[in-house]
Amino acid sequence: MSGWRHDSLGAEIDRDRPLRFTFDGLSVPGFEGDTLASALMAAGHRILGRSFKYHRPRGLWGLGAEEPNAVFDIRHEGSYLPNARATLSYAQDGMQVASVNAWPSARRDAFGLLDLAQRFLPAGFYYKTFMRLPWRIYEPMIRRMAGLGRVDPDYAPDADGVQISAACDVLVIGAGPAGLAAARAAAEAGKTVWLLEDARHPGGALRWRGGEIDGTPWRDYARDTSQAVEAAGGRVMTDTSLWGAFDHGAFAAWQRGPRPRHWRIRAARCILASGAIERPLWFADNDRPGVQSAEAALHHLALYGSLPGRRILMATDSDHSLPVARALKDAGAEVTVIDRRAEVPEATGLAQITGAGIEAARGRRGVTAALVKGEEIPCDTILCAGGWTPSVHLWCQAGGRLDMDEGRDMLVPRPGTAPMTVIGAATGTLDLAAAVAEGLAAGAGKTPAPKAPKPRARAPLRPDPARPGRQWLDLQNDVTLKDVALAAREGFTSVEHLKRYTTLGMATDQGRLSNFAGLAAMAALTNRSVAETGTTTYRPPFQPVPLSAIAGPARGALYHPLKRLALEEAHRAAGARFRDYGGWLRPSVYGQGDEAALAQSEARTARTTVAIFDASPLGKLEVIGPGAAALLDFTGYVRMSTLRPGRARYGFMLSESGIVYDDGVVLRLGADHFVVSASSSHVEGVRFVLEDARQDRIGRASVFVHDVTQAYVTLTVTGPDARALCRAAGLALPDLPHMGVGEIAYQGARLRVARISFTGDMSYELSVPARHAQTLRARLDAALAAFDGRWIGLEAVMLLRAEKGYVLIGKDTDGSTMPQDLGWDGPRARRDDEYLGKRSLFTPEAASTARRQLVGLRVPEGGQPIRTGAHLIPDTGLRRSLGFVTSSYVSPVLDRPIALALLEGGLQKIGQTVRLFDDGVVREAVVTAPCAYDPEGERLDGRA
Amino acid sequence: MQRFPCPFCGPRDETEFHFAVEAGHARPEPAGAVSDAAWAAYLYEAASPKGTTREVWLHLTCGEYFLLTRDTLTRAVNASEPLPGVAP
Repeated sequence: MSGWRHDSLGAEIDRDRPLRFTFDGLSVPGFEGDTLASALMAAGHRILGRSFKYHRPRGLWGLGAEEPNAVFDIRHEGSYLPNARATLSYAQDGMQVASVNAWPSARRDAFGLLDLAQRFLPAGFYYKTFMRLPWRIYEPMIRRMAGLGRVDPDYAPDADGVQISAACDVLVIGAGPAGLAAARAAAEAGKTVWLLEDARHPGGALRWRGGEIDGTPWRDYARDTSQAVEAAGGRVMTDTSLWGAFDHGAFAAWQRGPRPRHWRIRAARCILASGAIERPLWFADNDRPGVQSAEAALHHLALYGSLPGRRILMATDSDHSLPVARALKDAGAEVTVIDRRAEVPEATGLAQITGAGIEAARGRRGVTAALVKGEEIPCDTILCAGGWTPSVHLWCQAGGRLDMDEGRDMLVPRPGTAPMTVIGAATGTLDLAAAVAEGLAAGAGKTPAPKAPKPRARAPLRPDPARPGRQWLDLQNDVTLKDVALAAREGFTSVEHLKRYTTLGMATDQGRLSNFAGLAAMAALTNRSVAETGTTTYRPPFQPVPLSAIAGPARGALYHPLKRLALEEAHRAAGARFRDYGGWLRPSVYGQGDEAALAQSEARTARTTVAIFDASPLGKLEVIGPGAAALLDFTGYVRMSTLRPGRARYGFMLSESGIVYDDGVVLRLGADHFVVSASSSHVEGVRFVLEDARQDRIGRASVFVHDVTQAYVTLTVTGPDARALCRAAGLALPDLPHMGVGEIAYQGARLRVARISFTGDMSYELSVPARHAQTLRARLDAALAAFDGRWIGLEAVMLLRAEKGYVLIGKDTDGSTMPQDLGWDGPRARRDDEYLGKRSLFTPEAASTARRQLVGLRVPEGGQPIRTGAHLIPDTGLRRSLGFVTSSYVSPVLDRPIALALLEGGLQKIGQTVRLFDDGVVREAVVTAPCAYDPEGERLDGRA
Repeated sequence: MQRFPCPFCGPRDETEFHFAVEAGHARPEPAGAVSDAAWAAYLYEAASPKGTTREVWLHLTCGEYFLLTRDTLTRAVNASEPLPGVAP
């Protein structure tokens, strides 16, 4: 317990409004305005989490999104957020906060002993150890121990995340001094500016360091800038994480808070002012609670009055962090500056040890001393000021490249490699006045001048492999300098390999603290420069974002909305049960009880008397114009120009590779008027194939294609009594042969009648404009009882078509099925005009006799049905797949199992016995023609 | 998310578009006069250049195929025009 609260400092807390929350069950006091990090520090909590791999105690490091250790699962007022950063989460009264990766608590963690086993858990441990052993035994155990936050399976956030798409002239990312100046200049130039800030308030480091922007106190400047931006039609958004930069100026941002919003922003111009993050220092046990970023200590002191300890050492090598030490001293802490420089400015008024660095930290559960020049100096806090790492993630996400700035010892954006203007600390400009000047210039639309190189003052700070002990590079994923050395020894010297082998930089902090050190260490180990070593790829998200924010309302039924039947309610009232069939919600069966039994019973009725099903999703593409016949001749495998008006013909559509893409019936209503009945799930695709041929071949003026599928309702009446039922329902059916098409008047509209059978029994497809659907349905329904008929669902229809050997494209065919494999060799043999896919039907592959062809299968008397997916195998020799079962049912009228299969050379094997590998059992079946029922087609004309 | 200009509808998000084929990829005909190799090349060989490319895209929402000239490296869109002979 070493942290404490100053009795007056703290610009952003309200001491009149105290609050309490719990941390791992302990009550913690705080004030309105506190972050969880500042309240826990003030209350003296040091161990805030356990490390990922070794379960070492860890404390607070930073001040923002870079925080690797203080990551919490937060429950508050019915909401639950795992993996929240303590530095970005605001304390609220009654909040329940739990540390991650620790059980039962971060203070007393049962897995803490793992650290003793560190010798046996080197980088790549999992890859090496669990390769040979059965992974399924270890997986559950490892999964339990891996990961940080816990998902609460009982908590499902509402699918009501607000998502907004927006556009602006200028997007400014980061409201520090440079970003504020840029936003101000752009707004004053009349641009619509969006200024986004991750923190609660604009101001950046000036919030805790203080200062002026362009001659004005920063608070006033920030306020005036907000007003200028809003006056010009823009927006200032704080507590907003911009997490992704995408193509063509698209950005994604998550606005946190009680009413979170997810934004997709399209910006004409982007100015990146994302700042820089303080770099750690590397010494033995530099991960102990109490080792912190120096800048973060000043942040917590100035904004919240929280101090990390009373005896503080601050290690640095520049003047930039001296204000930190002074402020802490003024607040009452005992501060000693350990300066790496031998020559330091005089009269700092601080205790100083020069020409030295920290060699090791002492203390297991928290810092108790530091080793400096071989001597132990007692202390409770070590502040590290290791220089600055520009936040270039978004720059790199947008495709930007980096240059190594040796003088500043930073990787900085290479101008011109991404469509962004980078300003301020993000491009290495740490000087306030210079950063503001860059902002003003960028906001006014000027491209920044290239920076003058800065001579290197001294050797850069690097992890030193010669030092004893473990130096931690990646605190969140537990990667030490030794792990990097091991990776280098084992040949994983590419940064991408280094990252995957050691997991360096792969944690949720995106390597903000670790990447530079890791690649600098690898560069040193392999005698390359940092520039030669390169960086890993930066990918979104820049910060963890709840999936519920990204998904918004697009979940469950709204993720992929189903198409609904116009008659859905009527079917539901009739007892229909619904399922998704190719994107349509359709009746599967009608009634209560076992679905398979119902389907059997429905199919039996359809064969005995009459049945009706809703076939509305069947595609209806009208092809109209003098070029219509030529268009369909080209896009279809079967010629349609020879079809007589008033007739229908079954055909296929092939892809150019000769594979069957769709099947269906084409109706010819007149010389220039066809209707293509595409499969219900292929309507869009078929339409675009027709459009392609129309626009690029036949000529767009001679033919038009209209998708009218959803304008019509189609009810199919099928069964021996089909004609009688239609007549009993008052429909004056025209006298049509099988595959005949006609029209009758129906309530002032036209009702199309097509004698097309998908069941093998006499069928009438009745299509009316959707507004007449209810009356047509009611008429047919009223007539059903007299014939002992019924409504049937898709399950029965599937069974009926399988009895007839009628294929479903994509179920009974696969990506290699050509029309001749389905027994349709005629057009291939006879057509001499061009059509889609034609040339592919004459390749050596297409002519092979070993192609998989559609056949039926019959099991021996009394045999069980074969499972769909069972493989056909050779009788002798090496077992391999000769094909597989595509459809399998029990036929109620035949009273035996039926199956369709794709079988190598199947058409030559009809009558032969073949072997099947059916879920581990080898069985036998006889190859038959696909059609198992009424092969002569005698039932198509119905009851005489 | 890229943004492509449809010559008929203006700029729209890339999710509204489908790639069709590289421009100038003429279908060899008649089938009887096309060698296996020429047909295979038509089906499977694309230039896939690094840099500027001219392609046919389909705008799904209006159903129009059109020509898009873009840079595969920088993602810059250089031109968008209707198929030859079609007024936008």
